[in-house]
Amino acid sequence: MMDAAVYFAMSCVSVAMALNVYRLVIGPDAVDRLVALDTLYINAIVMLMLVGIQFNTLIFFEPALLIAMMGFVGTVTVAKYLRRGSIIE
Amino acid sequence: MSAEIAVSVLVVIGGVFTLIGSFGLARLPDVYMRLHGPTKATTLGAGATIVASMVALTVGGEGWHAQELLVALFLFLTAPVSAHLISRAALVRKLDSVTHGDSTGNGHRRPDDEPGADQPEKV
Repeated sequence: MMDAAVYFAMSCVSVAMALNVYRLVIGPDAVDRLVALDTLYINAIVMLMLVGIQFNTLIFFEPALLIAMMGFVGTVTVAKYLRRGSIIE
Repeated sequence: MSAEIAVSVLVVIGGVFTLIGSFGLARLPDVYMRLHGPTKATTLGAGATIVASMVALTVGGEGWHAQELLVALFLFLTAPVSAHLISRAALVRKLDSVTHGDSTGNGHRRPDDEPGADQPEKV
C-alpha cells in the first residue's frame, strides 16, 4: 500500500514539474519564470523526500536542505535584481 | 500497520496538493494569481510529504529523528518571503493584472498615465 501511495505521489510531482517547465518556457515576463523556478525547486525537494521514503534511507535529507537554502537565496537575488536593476547598489 | 496507513495518507495528500499548486501556476491568467498556487498549495504539499518522510523513517529506520522538520521549518519560513519579494518585483515592473485594466494578463505593461497605476520605487 505504501509503495502504491509513493508511486502515485511521484507521478503527481512529475506532472507538477512538467507544468512548471511549461510555465518556465511560455512565461510572458521574467517574473513568471522566477515563480516557476521557485515552484520547481520546491517540487524537487518533494521528489527527493519521496525517493527517501521509497528507499527507506536518510541520505536524501541533506540534498533537500541544500536545495532549499540555495533556491531561496537565488530567488531573493533574482527578485531584487528585477526590482532594482542591480543587485549591489 | 497504522504508521503505514498514516504515511500513505500523508504522501497522497502531499502529491495531490503539489499537483494542484503547479496546475494553478500553469493555468491562472495573471502573475499575481499565479503566485497563489505555489505559495500556498505547494508549500502545504511539501510539508505533508516531509512529515510523511519523518514518520516513515522513524518507524522503519534506526530510531527516532526529526531532521526533516528542519527542511519543513525552513520552507515555511522562506516561502512567504519569496512570494512577497516576487510580488513586489511584479508591481515595480508594472505587470498588468486581470482585475486592473482590460488586459489578459499576458505580461502587458501598464502605461504610466493610467489612473491607479503604481509609481515605481525610488531607487
